[in-house]
Amino acid sequence: MLADFLEYNFLRHTFLTGILIGVIAPLLGTFIVVRRLSLIADALSHVTLAGIAFGLFMDKKLALGIAPLYSGMGFSVLGSIFIEKLRGVYKAYQEIAIPIILSGGVGLSVIFIALADGFNTELFNYLFGSVSAVSQTDFYSILGISIVIILVIRLFYKELVTLSFDEEHAVVSGIHAKRIHLLFIVLTALVIAASIRVVGVLLVSALMTLPVAASMRIARGFKQMILFSIVFGEVAVIIGLISGYYFSIPPGGTIVVVSIAILLVTLGMERFSFRRKVHGTD
Amino acid sequence: MDHPVVSMENIYYAYERNPVLNDVIFEIPRGAFMGIVGPNGGGKTTLIKLILGLLKPDNGEIRLFGQPIGKFKDWSKIGFVSQKANTFNKGFPATVFEVVSMGLTAKIGYFKFFTSNHKKKVLETIDQVGMGAYAYKNIGSLSGGQQQRVFIARALVSDPELLILDEPTVGVDQENVQKFYNLLHQLNKKYKITLLLITHDTAAMTIHATGIVGLNKEIYFQGTPDEYNALTNDKLSQLYGHPVHIATHGHS
Repeated sequence: MLADFLEYNFLRHTFLTGILIGVIAPLLGTFIVVRRLSLIADALSHVTLAGIAFGLFMDKKLALGIAPLYSGMGFSVLGSIFIEKLRGVYKAYQEIAIPIILSGGVGLSVIFIALADGFNTELFNYLFGSVSAVSQTDFYSILGISIVIILVIRLFYKELVTLSFDEEHAVVSGIHAKRIHLLFIVLTALVIAASIRVVGVLLVSALMTLPVAASMRIARGFKQMILFSIVFGEVAVIIGLISGYYFSIPPGGTIVVVSIAILLVTLGMERFSFRRKVHGTD
Repeated sequence: MDHPVVSMENIYYAYERNPVLNDVIFEIPRGAFMGIVGPNGGGKTTLIKLILGLLKPDNGEIRLFGQPIGKFKDWSKIGFVSQKANTFNKGFPATVFEVVSMGLTAKIGYFKFFTSNHKKKVLETIDQVGMGAYAYKNIGSLSGGQQQRVFIARALVSDPELLILDEPTVGVDQENVQKFYNLLHQLNKKYKITLLLITHDTAAMTIHATGIVGLNKEIYFQGTPDEYNALTNDKLSQLYGHPVHIATHGHS
């Protein structure tokens, strides 16, 4: 079944990009979930859509040739900085930043789509992902972003974990919480923008949270949770891409369904092992 | 010259014009086991936040290890176990080893990695608080008393000279409270760590502490446990802001 993905360039780029986002989305997702910020991914994906719509609009109406990947990334990063600012302003109601940014993203998307008189199938691909949408240039850009993200996470891993577990302790011990927060949210924005080609705007947050939700039920320790999340993410992306291609379904949908299946299996395993313990057959 | 670990001079602090601390003057000598007692809302946690640099006093001066707090940089000399240690996210899938390692994050510094020496130090500290057998268990699966020991290990792993604990025995059962005070006693006597403990357990303080401060926005009492025990009901009522009657019970 993999033969087509290895034979055709456009499929190969999508497949390799899928492998990359199968690593970076759950990697960042682990920190997002433990910090109870799962909805931030949704807010940023909608801002990214606004950026993509802006890029498509500029290209269609003004022939400026702005690659939607980059305009999406730009909007996503700006949105992430704005979220951090809002969370600082509304300290007692930090979650309010999410609907503000999410609705702002949808609002801007609608405006750019209307101004461009619609984008037909191209926009549909951005909403739900596509197995054929990743160009060679996109692939190399996403490869570069992935390398940067993995290096930065490696470099700031101990600060990110410390801050995620207990922010007050982290601040008291001298960690610059604000700077690390900002760095983290900008990385999240980059991951979302990079993932949208394959998974789509509406489903990108699922790839950041579902593998983590599954792994946190069975992992012993934080590092193990990251490892399991990435394994589950990769399984979901590979099965989702191949099945999406063969059944002509946008891969965003199949990737999410596989992720949910993995989650259900882990929940079943956990229940099974609990019953074995209760009945003393372990 | 051996400076006091903490010195506070004429500290005034108000939350939105409501004074919480007024004219607070006190010192923690090196090697002391200082207990701060007083009613809720009396400014105990605010006092600790000021010492930790989380709040800035409206008036007065704080010195840590002889240095003005604004110039103090060596925060790894101070370990802190907060009230929130009882209400942390128990679903966070971190092992005891990982949690205690977090106590070294700031000391190791940015752009530097955890080494085998750090690992050895973390395991030694986990042993020091009697949690060696649980090093690779998830912290959420432990009892309240065990979790409290893990948070103390996290505070101790950077070799602090001062350990600050804010009501650390809340939610810990009586048997483990006793073990907990024994551990603090050992840290103070054997490892020479200066302790500052906020607590409502005045009976335990009169047994274990070397000094007690009674705080209710102002300092109403400062002295030894024996002097605290000698306080009249009237004096204690003044400290707590309502009538107080002493009832003794059996700590050993």
